[in-house]
Amino acid sequence: MGFALQQNGQKMTLSISGEFVRYQDPAETDRLIRHIKKSNPKALVLTDAGIGRWDSSLLVVLYQIVRMARLAEIPVQKQTLPEGLQRLIDLAFSVDRKPSRPNPARLGFISYIGDVGIRAMNSVRRGLDFCRQICISMGRFVCGKAVLRPIDFWFALDDCAPKAVGIVSLISFMVGLILAFVGAIQLKSFGAQIYVASLVTIGMTRIMGAIMVGVIMAGRTGASFAATIGTMQVNEELDALQTMGISRTDFLVLPRVLALVLAMPVLAMLADIMGMLGGAAVGIFMLGISPPEYIHYSIEAFNLTNFFVGVFHGFVFGIVIALCGCYFGIHCGRNADSVGVATTKAVVYAIVWMIIMTGLITLMCEVLDI
Amino acid sequence: MMNQTLIDVQKLTIAYGDFVLLKDVSFQVKQGDIFIIMGGSGCGKSSLLRVLTGLTPASGGKAFVAGVDMVSASAAQKDVVMRRCGILYQSGALFSSMTVADNIALPLRQYTDYSDKMIRELVALKLALVGLAGFQDFYPSELSGGMKKRAGLARALALDPEIVYFDEPSAGLDPISSKLLDDLILDINQSLGTTIVIVTHELSSIFAIGRDSVFLDATKRSVGARGNPTELLKNPPNKTVYEFLTRGHTDAKGTK
Repeated sequence: MGFALQQNGQKMTLSISGEFVRYQDPAETDRLIRHIKKSNPKALVLTDAGIGRWDSSLLVVLYQIVRMARLAEIPVQKQTLPEGLQRLIDLAFSVDRKPSRPNPARLGFISYIGDVGIRAMNSVRRGLDFCRQICISMGRFVCGKAVLRPIDFWFALDDCAPKAVGIVSLISFMVGLILAFVGAIQLKSFGAQIYVASLVTIGMTRIMGAIMVGVIMAGRTGASFAATIGTMQVNEELDALQTMGISRTDFLVLPRVLALVLAMPVLAMLADIMGMLGGAAVGIFMLGISPPEYIHYSIEAFNLTNFFVGVFHGFVFGIVIALCGCYFGIHCGRNADSVGVATTKAVVYAIVWMIIMTGLITLMCEVLDI
Repeated sequence: MMNQTLIDVQKLTIAYGDFVLLKDVSFQVKQGDIFIIMGGSGCGKSSLLRVLTGLTPASGGKAFVAGVDMVSASAAQKDVVMRRCGILYQSGALFSSMTVADNIALPLRQYTDYSDKMIRELVALKLALVGLAGFQDFYPSELSGGMKKRAGLARALALDPEIVYFDEPSAGLDPISSKLLDDLILDINQSLGTTIVIVTHELSSIFAIGRDSVFLDATKRSVGARGNPTELLKNPPNKTVYEFLTRGHTDAKGTK
């Protein structure tokens, strides 16, 4: 099995014999190519000297040799090769064009900074424009002119609320439990473990309940919004809506925003209750506080203002998560990868914006002395 | 060994719950043949292809591919058979996060012990064979629909399969690209002796390259006709087949 090169005057003959199934010997191929190139014959003859079974591994050797010969302008004769091989070699060289693609211009440092600035500005502009469209859609909804299918709203609400109850309850219970454990370690050293009840009640109702719900819903529902709308972008469903003259924000964003804005405060309340139950489990079963005593201290620490601040957080987080999910879904690219990118961005941006909003609300509460 | 039966479907039934999509489907595909699975929309062509490729379970019957019954075979047995097959999906089904070269190299890296250099050269060859020489570094999103299909075909051919399945290869292509793809299928069949199974309802492709065929009748939910497409047009066994092959013409010939 192998290749044999023979020089007959100006002509060079490459005799091929044997079986070539999963054959590989790149060094031999390189040697053949070098030799032919060096000899620079007037013609190269490829001869069948007893080729048995063959597959692409033989074809790839001949392809490389013929490619080199064409570049060196050496005519190739292959009439004695098996017909299939001849046809495939011809086929491989039947389309002779150079692929071209736009070359991205290389930017200098200053230009790069400028480019980043312009992109950031465009991104802010797109975000503000999206918020403006939502406000217009909301206005249309209030006036009863929005193109919105009630079934979409109920479907989104079902996905945001009842289906999220299990995971929100479990995580909030565990967070209450952890909060109580961590607090108890310090409070116990002062003999003040009874204040675990106050710590958990204030912590959960003021902020922790809402934050936990926010994080869960950003990962669960925000990601789902981005993936669903992103896939619609890939399938050209968003283009179809646009060409039908139907507002994408009315049709897709509004039901989701409304559903999440309604569901989030309720889920925040549920998280408060479950967190307090988690704290009670630690207080009663591990710290030996009697149930009436624990309930008494919890009620004493419970403050309606804190509770409503927590619920307000939930409301704001609902808007943030829905907007991030829908925005990145609508601005998704047109392939499977882009859907993954959109989903990741939706979750990351939602969490970042939730933290920013928490800071702003805290500042606002400070100023208003709430 | 040409003319040996490579695919043997016997009384195959495909059902989704209570809904029977196809029943009692039987046909054989000979080695080296170009076989067309044709029929109107919703007749079960793609479902049949999914059964043949082991992606969907059938409700009854047998579907032997290279001697292995894809209905009752284990996942491992199906994997072994599918390594001897290539599939070109409607959209090309290229992995968007990989370059064209990486898409084609994937099965070569997975199932062969070729060196990196050999794989690079094989990728260049496969791309040249489908008319995409030099497109190694492109991403699927940078290719047109026809190019994606050809790159998908290059990937399907990577392991020199014995059988290549095509799911609606001409769908979404302009007539020239469609003809080029048909020519390419013929070239591959004639040069490598690859058995080709094509699911399509494109009449131009059916008559241009089909040597044998099965017509799936959506009304009967079974085989409506068997044979060479041109012969079926000359002697249609029933009106449905005649209407399908003549794009809805109804004259006395079809009522034979």
